[in-house]
Amino acid sequence: MTSASLRARPAIAVRVPLAGGIAVLYLSVIVLLPLAAVSAKAFEGGFDAFWEQVTQPQAVAALKLTLGISLVVTLINVVMGTLIAWVLVRDEFPGKSFVNMLIDLPFALPTIVAGLTLLALYGSRSPVGIDVAYTRVGVAMALLFVTLPFVVRAVQPTLQEADREMEEAAASLGAGPWTTFRKVVLPNLRPAIVAGGSLAFARALGEFGSVVLISGNLPYKTEVASVFIFGQIENDNVQGAAAVSVVLLLASVILLAGAGRFARR
Amino acid sequence: MRALRLTALLYLGALLVAPVGLIFYRTFERGVGAAWHSVTTPEAQHAFWLTLVLVVIAVPLNTVFGVATALLLERREFRGKSLLNSVIDLPFAISPVVVGLALILVYGRTGWFGDWFAEHGIRIIFSAPGMALATIFVCLPFVVREVQPVLREVGTEQEEAARTLGASPAQTFWRITLPAIRWGVGYGVVLSTARALGEFGAVAVVSGRISGVTETATLRVQERFEAFDPVGAYSASVVLALMGVAVLLFMNLLERRRKRPRAQTTTEGLA
Repeated sequence: MTSASLRARPAIAVRVPLAGGIAVLYLSVIVLLPLAAVSAKAFEGGFDAFWEQVTQPQAVAALKLTLGISLVVTLINVVMGTLIAWVLVRDEFPGKSFVNMLIDLPFALPTIVAGLTLLALYGSRSPVGIDVAYTRVGVAMALLFVTLPFVVRAVQPTLQEADREMEEAAASLGAGPWTTFRKVVLPNLRPAIVAGGSLAFARALGEFGSVVLISGNLPYKTEVASVFIFGQIENDNVQGAAAVSVVLLLASVILLAGAGRFARR
Repeated sequence: MRALRLTALLYLGALLVAPVGLIFYRTFERGVGAAWHSVTTPEAQHAFWLTLVLVVIAVPLNTVFGVATALLLERREFRGKSLLNSVIDLPFAISPVVVGLALILVYGRTGWFGDWFAEHGIRIIFSAPGMALATIFVCLPFVVREVQPVLREVGTEQEEAARTLGASPAQTFWRITLPAIRWGVGYGVVLSTARALGEFGAVAVVSGRISGVTETATLRVQERFEAFDPVGAYSASVVLALMGVAVLLFMNLLERRRKRPRAQTTTEGLA
């Protein structure tokens, strides 16, 4: 007998068959069935039909761009997110708690609003003379905006719990601040950085609302995968949309599973 | 240290504060009147109303589902538990546009259940029920993921004590478990609300975007912008941004109540 079945009657009023059944039904109706339908649609004409859709030039360009920009954005997030978390934990300055609150703004602000605000400041009517509208830089900025909290919020608690004695020991042994950070602090932060970075990457791969206005949706130039899918739906090429969706789906599922495994270690 | 602080603050200033600040300035630059007028037109009012309706449908349903699922995952053993646990995260990993497409393929006219719904005269896609499904989909994981760590932390001792003293399972839940997890539930509800208010992509795909009928507040922002009506787009954005700020303040308040660093949403899903 397993230890679970040996335990006394669980104290809480959840009947597994009933509550579990309802939970699974709810998940199926809303999440699982629709996702199965996308996969079915993508492979409706067999693997060849799927492959033909995914390898048409515009789809390839969109997928490549999405992957490349998401990677760049994730790298920037890893550096800036760690830096911001460091400043929020180790530094003291007036208004720190306000800055800390600000980090969650991208989670609280609708993505379309995020895109519009960036376009207002860095678009064709820019008051500061920077115009990144309809460029890849603009797309990257939109993605940086919406993915900002992930790395910061993953690293912050780890940094708070970190043992500062080790750092002090390293410093007293003659290590400079940068060496101390690289050799002592960074190894402890690595799982948190990877976890936060993968979430940011997954989010960037699928992001739509913040990108749709600032990218201008120029095929081969600024059209990311989600915008491409949207266009295919509007043009009634549902199979093309489903095929590219499956690629995105696979990428984020593999990514999340991998990150989960890494974070558990 | 000072250089690091300066870098961090400049980055946040250029990426978050300045753009959001400018939107407020642009909205009111020609006076409050124009902005007020454009968020009180019948179409605008309908859009905000529809957004609220979607929140009121999606958030309570996800809260009930979330608490029940978190209890199952933390307090019970059953086959397929780890599978259920990982499936919960799917909505976080999926592009909103894919969510919309997926719902069309099941509930749309040519979808799996399209004929059945058509025969019974029920319209899901390009109308409110589809938009509700999309909203539920995108904010489904929040409550589960916020409640789970709290349940784990409070443990089962008090629940067991209550049961030993003769409390029924329902009494135990209402008197012991729920009060213990209330801040976690609150936090999940706030996050779900923010996400539901702001959802764009999934709703854009399933709504058909009919102004004054299936247009939500976020869809209206885009529609106004593309109609070369910046004041309309900016003022609707400002209303949404204010809701966002309210959410932010709420989050901050709850966080203090919980006296525990958050970030569970970002890392919990992976554990």
